[in-house]
Amino acid sequence: MTPVELAQRKFERVNEIIAEHGREQSALIPILQEVQAEYRYLPEEILTYIATAMGLSVATVFGVATFYAQFSLEPKGKYVVRVCDGTACHVRHSMPVYQAIRSRLGLKDGRFTTPDMMFTVETVACLGACGVAPAMIINEKVYGKMTPEAACTIIDTLLYRDGDN
Amino acid sequence: MAAQKKRVLVCAGPGCLANGAEKILDAFRSHSIEAVGATRTGCHGFCEVGPVVRIEPDNLVYVHVKTEDVAQIVEETLRKGRVVERLVYRDPNTGRAYPKESDIPFYASQTKVALANCGAINPDDIGEYIARDGYQALARAVLDLSPDETIEEVLESGLRGRGGGGFPAGRKWMFARQAKGDQKYVVCNADEGDPGAFMDRCIMEGDPHSVLEGLAIAARAVGADRGYIYVRAEYPLAVARMKNAVKQAKECGLLGADILGSDFSFDVIIKEGAGAFVCGEETALLASIEGKRGMPRPRPPFPANEGLFGKPTIINNVETLATVPAIVRRGPAWFRAIGTESSPGTKTFAVTGQVANTGLIEIPMGATLRDVVFKIGGGVIGGKKFKAAQIGGPSGGCLPEQLLDTPLDYDSLKKAGAMVGSGGLVVLDEGTCMVEVARFFMHFTQRESCGKCVPCREGTKRMLQIMEKIVGGQATLEDLDALEQIAWVVKESSLCALGKTAPNPVLTTLQYFRDEYLAHIVDKKCPAGVCSAFKAYVIHSELCKGCGKCRRVCPAGAITGEPKHPPVIDTSKCVKCGACVDACAFGAISLG
Repeated sequence: MTPVELAQRKFERVNEIIAEHGREQSALIPILQEVQAEYRYLPEEILTYIATAMGLSVATVFGVATFYAQFSLEPKGKYVVRVCDGTACHVRHSMPVYQAIRSRLGLKDGRFTTPDMMFTVETVACLGACGVAPAMIINEKVYGKMTPEAACTIIDTLLYRDGDN
Repeated sequence: MAAQKKRVLVCAGPGCLANGAEKILDAFRSHSIEAVGATRTGCHGFCEVGPVVRIEPDNLVYVHVKTEDVAQIVEETLRKGRVVERLVYRDPNTGRAYPKESDIPFYASQTKVALANCGAINPDDIGEYIARDGYQALARAVLDLSPDETIEEVLESGLRGRGGGGFPAGRKWMFARQAKGDQKYVVCNADEGDPGAFMDRCIMEGDPHSVLEGLAIAARAVGADRGYIYVRAEYPLAVARMKNAVKQAKECGLLGADILGSDFSFDVIIKEGAGAFVCGEETALLASIEGKRGMPRPRPPFPANEGLFGKPTIINNVETLATVPAIVRRGPAWFRAIGTESSPGTKTFAVTGQVANTGLIEIPMGATLRDVVFKIGGGVIGGKKFKAAQIGGPSGGCLPEQLLDTPLDYDSLKKAGAMVGSGGLVVLDEGTCMVEVARFFMHFTQRESCGKCVPCREGTKRMLQIMEKIVGGQATLEDLDALEQIAWVVKESSLCALGKTAPNPVLTTLQYFRDEYLAHIVDKKCPAGVCSAFKAYVIHSELCKGCGKCRRVCPAGAITGEPKHPPVIDTSKCVKCGACVDACAFGAISLG
């Protein structure tokens, strides 16, 4: 395949998504959401492409992509672990859970994703699962009443499962 | 439904789902018992004891249910009509058993209006909603009432916005009705961003049609033919339930063209947010629907005159809209009879934190904080002392013990320096550092500040810096003065409600817990023993084997001692990095 063909293939799915939602600016956020679901992040060249395809300035598209917490311009891990640090979770000691997971995965300083791209660990403002605080969510699954030990066991299970495969 | 003699209602609220509610439902469905239907419902409210299963018509509640318990429930309760005693709720203090839901103290003092169907119906089945008088109010608003009469009823009911501000819903509708323009919009604000609040999520997941019906009534009243529901990105299940509800309502002719054979047409679009707290502010929310950065703009013009795409728009919160059908169905006088004169009706609260019964509750406005924390909430967990209740999330405030008799309504809470907000109520016990809690909220609002106006962007940053200095033991009394001064500037001069209310957690803790600030600044102590800056690492000699590993890893050279003997930490040299704790194989070092 020539480089041009490769590029076309890469943007093919983006074209489909844009065609589905239309080119009005009000469709921009749903388009970015769907593109991110496809690629797990928003690659820079795709943002530029979307801007051109929708007739928007690149600054507008980057402005939106960087404004919302849901969008990531960096690739994320296979498992996105989000520890809830809402008020209810915070006062029921969510931060030690977060720290324990980071230290179990060897994440230090400003790093949130493991070098093997398996795990991204971050905090989230509130999952709305305050009744089972402290809570965390891994991809779509919510885990309640976490302790540092329980959280590490769950991480270990995921590590083990993937190690097996 | 009529052919079912008994129904098993499995709570599939956020808490119970995380505890395996779906597997319990599957287990019930794997036993086929004649005349028994098993269904998932929205949140029953009593999250603390989840997963919760209710058996109707017996009004029987089982708590902490596991999949292994299902066979016994089927055999004993469903086949033989007996109660499984070990699964019945027991009051942790008295030990008394409460098999029936209506007797459990947690439920007994509640009045459910917005949550009336949550936990009682299958949210994915419009038929169950209709069977409980669903869409009767819409039929009345479309067929019997003129738009002005509908607005008049909502005005008379005194319904105030449940999302925070408490602006009268009917007034908003009236402004939009009177605004000129052939295209108008109605928007449901379901961007529930306050940490510690989950009522809107539960309403959408447990009773999505009530929100749709409320929105359709609003649309009819103001003359809109299109509505948007802006749901927070973190609530995928709520999005799915709302989408399904829209689909079913369309199939039944309750949405779409010529509703109920009238000339009223109305379509609803579900919009997913993308994670920005500020989008809970109405003008920011509209910008986000338009595909822009979700930043607020100055008002006026108010959205009722110039809103979405520049057209007259009303924005109501989920709970407000879910309350509307009951008002239109039962009349404003019925609604006014509940609650207080200036805050009629009920309000939901998400009760969380250090409280025995965490969960979602709905009470008449004006019930006291004491009722909520002790009567419904069951008091503080672990026999600790109540210290404060944080009400209204990052925009609200912390109310101390002496204000426990404050009535929970818009005006009383505002007077106390807090606000109803969306209704998050976090109970804090004596082991909580109020300064740290205030820092936590400052951190949140600073991160969520959109950056458009200077007071909020810069002010929250400076306030956070000072708060960090205080919990870090570095602050002076001048810093405290500066903190208070900046707080008032941010409160007075920010563009939108995020900034205007961001200083509330700091201001209320300064008002009611000033001594804790002074203890951090002057005495260099954290009275609750939470802030690590005031703690020192200690070596427990009874656990220490004298291996000397901590001495070798200490980067500051703060640990000295002889081999085979417990070493000593020089606190003046210690940088509190924690390397010694990680290195110790015997767990002999801790922060104390």
